[in-house]
Amino acid sequence: MTAERDPGLATTPAPAATPGSGVAATPASRAVPAERAGEAQLLRIEDLSVDFHTDDDVVHAVTGVTLAVAAGEIVAIVGESGSGKTVTAMSVLRLLPKAAEVKAEAIAFRGTDLRTLSAAELRKIRGGPVGMIFQDPMTALNPVMTIGAQVAEAVVLHQARPDKKTAWQRAVELLRLVGVPDPAERVKQYPHEFSGGMRQRAMIAMAIANDPDLIIADEPTTALDVTIQAQVLALLKKAQAETGAATILITHDLGIVAELADRVVVMYAGRVVESAGVRELFAQPRHPYTKGLLASLPRMDVDVDQLDPIPGNPPNMADPPAGCAFHPRCPLARDRCRTDRPPLLAIGDGRTSACHYHEELA
Amino acid sequence: MTATTVSAPAARTPARAALRRFRKHPAALVSVVFIALVVLAAIFARPLSGHDPNAIDLLSARSGPSGAHLLGTDSTGRDVLSRLLFAGRISLGVGIASAAIAVVIGTVLGSIAGLLGGWVDGLVMRLADVFLSFPSLVVIVVVAGVLGPSVLTMVIAIGLFQWPVCGRIVRGVTLSLREQEFVLASRATGAGPLWLMRKHIIPAALPPVSVVATLAVAQAIALEATLSFLGLGVQPPAASWGNMLTDAQSLTVIRSEPWLWLSPGIAVALTVLAVNFIGDGLRDAVDPRSSS
Repeated sequence: MTAERDPGLATTPAPAATPGSGVAATPASRAVPAERAGEAQLLRIEDLSVDFHTDDDVVHAVTGVTLAVAAGEIVAIVGESGSGKTVTAMSVLRLLPKAAEVKAEAIAFRGTDLRTLSAAELRKIRGGPVGMIFQDPMTALNPVMTIGAQVAEAVVLHQARPDKKTAWQRAVELLRLVGVPDPAERVKQYPHEFSGGMRQRAMIAMAIANDPDLIIADEPTTALDVTIQAQVLALLKKAQAETGAATILITHDLGIVAELADRVVVMYAGRVVESAGVRELFAQPRHPYTKGLLASLPRMDVDVDQLDPIPGNPPNMADPPAGCAFHPRCPLARDRCRTDRPPLLAIGDGRTSACHYHEELA
Repeated sequence: MTATTVSAPAARTPARAALRRFRKHPAALVSVVFIALVVLAAIFARPLSGHDPNAIDLLSARSGPSGAHLLGTDSTGRDVLSRLLFAGRISLGVGIASAAIAVVIGTVLGSIAGLLGGWVDGLVMRLADVFLSFPSLVVIVVVAGVLGPSVLTMVIAIGLFQWPVCGRIVRGVTLSLREQEFVLASRATGAGPLWLMRKHIIPAALPPVSVVATLAVAQAIALEATLSFLGLGVQPPAASWGNMLTDAQSLTVIRSEPWLWLSPGIAVALTVLAVNFIGDGLRDAVDPRSSS
C-alpha cells in the first residue's frame, strides 16, 4: 500500500471488506497521518454508513465513507442526486431524520466524536464552529421572519449572554460583509423582498456568523441562475479566505469544483469511488465514473462535436447492483466487476480509486 | 441583476397584508366597532349607568324603562342597565379568560405533540379526543355541582374543554413546519426545540390560532350565559347576562316585563354574533387563499 501522504482522504485497506480485516488494518495504516495530523485534521469521518429504514426496504444511502478535512482546506464532494453526498454531510451535524440509522467508526470534529455529545453540546457546534449553507435559499429562510431576525438568530443562539441589540448590529455587519447593499435597511425586509442571490448571501452570512472552522455548503449555487452563481461562488471564496474555514462543498457541478476546491471526493451510489487533488482529478480521472462525468462536460479548450453522457441511470439504493455499483453503466466493465466490489485503494499521489481497472485509465 | 429587489414602496409585512384583507370584510369591521363599544361600556359601567347594580329599591321594583332607569328595574328594584353593563364585564372576562386558557394549553400541547411526535404525539392527541368526545356542558354542570359554582371553576372548565381544537391546529402547523427547510436551517445554526417553538412554530401558528381563539371567546360567552342561566355559573347578586335571563323563566315576565329579558338576551346574541364575525374576518385575513 502506498504510504499515505494525503492527510485528507484515508484509504480503506486493500482486501475488500470483511469488517475484521478492516479494523485490523486500520491502526497500522493510519498511525502516521493521525499523529502528524493531530491538529491539521479538522474533521474525520471514518467508515460512515447511513441506512434509511422504510416500511419494507432498507435504503443504504451511504456505505463505508471515509473522509477527512484539514483546517482551511476546501473539499468538494461530487456526485449525482442520490449518491449520498448530502446525507454524508448531514450526518456530521446529526441533522438526519430519525429514520436514518448512522453507523461509523468515527465522526470526529477537532478530535471530539460528535456522536458522544449531548443535544445541548451539539447545538453549540451547529452554527458555531460548523456553519451550514443550504441548497435552496427560497425554502431555507423563514418567509415570515425578516432577514435580519434570521441572521441575528444565528448570532444570538451562540452568545454567552443573549443580547438582541448587539446581535442585530452584528447581522447588519454580516450582511454588509457578504455584499448585501444598504444592509441597515435591508435587514428589516422579508425573504420575498430579496432576490435569490441576495437570499443566498444572507444564508452565507448566517453560516459565517460565528466565525466557523468548517463550512458545509450543500449545493450552494444549484438554485441560482448562472450569473448569480458566479457572484455567490466568488463570495464563498472570499468568505473562505477571510475566515480561513475549511469547507465541504457538496455539488454536482464540476465547474464549481474546478473553481473552488483543493481536493475532490467523487461519490457514486453511496460510496466514495475516487478522490484526488483537483488538478490531478481533472487532468486524469482514475475511475470510469469520474471520467464519464468529465466527458459529459462541455469544454472551452477542446473542440468536441458531441458530449458524451453517461448511459443509464443511477442504481436503486434499496437494491444496488452486485459487485461494482457502477458496472451496469461502465464502459470498462468485465465479469469481475459484476461480482467483486472493488475496494477504495490508494493509487499514489495521495489519490484513491475504487476501480479494478484504474491502471488502464492511467 | 443583483440589486433588482430595491425596497418596495411600503413595507409589506405579512401582518399589514392581513390587515388590508381584514378591512375588506364589512361585517367584521362593524363587529370590531361593536365589540369595542361593548368593552368600553363594560369598563365604564358605573359612570354610564349612574346606578349601583346591586342597590335594591323595592319601591320602584318591576318598573318599565323611564328617565331614571333607562332599561327599567328588576323584581327587587335594581337598575337593569347598570346590571347589564356590569354583567358585560363578567361575560367578556369569562369569555376571554377561558379562551386564553384553551389557547395556552392547546398551543403548548399541540406544538410539543407535533415537534416530538411518536408516543408523545399519540398521547396528546388521544387526550384531545377524550375531551372532544365528552358532552362538555354535561361535564361542566357536574363539575360545577361537585366543586360548587364559581366564576373560576367555570373559566377553568370551559377552557379545559376548548383546548383540543386549538391543540389540533397547532399540531398540524407544527407537523407541516417541521419538514420545512428553514426549520432544518435553524437547527443547523444551533436552535433547540424550545427555540424552534418560540421563534418559528408559534409565530406561524398564530394566525390560525387567533381565529380559533376568537371563536372560542364567542363559544365561552354563550356557554357562560347557559351555565349562569342554569344557576351553575355566576352567582347572584353578581350580575351576568345568563343569570339576568333567569328572571325570564316565568311566563308573566316574558309577556308583561320584556325589558327584563330582552336586553340581556340581545346583549348575548349580538356579542356572540359579533365575535363570530370577527373570527370569520380574521380567518379570511390570515389565509389569503380562503378569501373571495
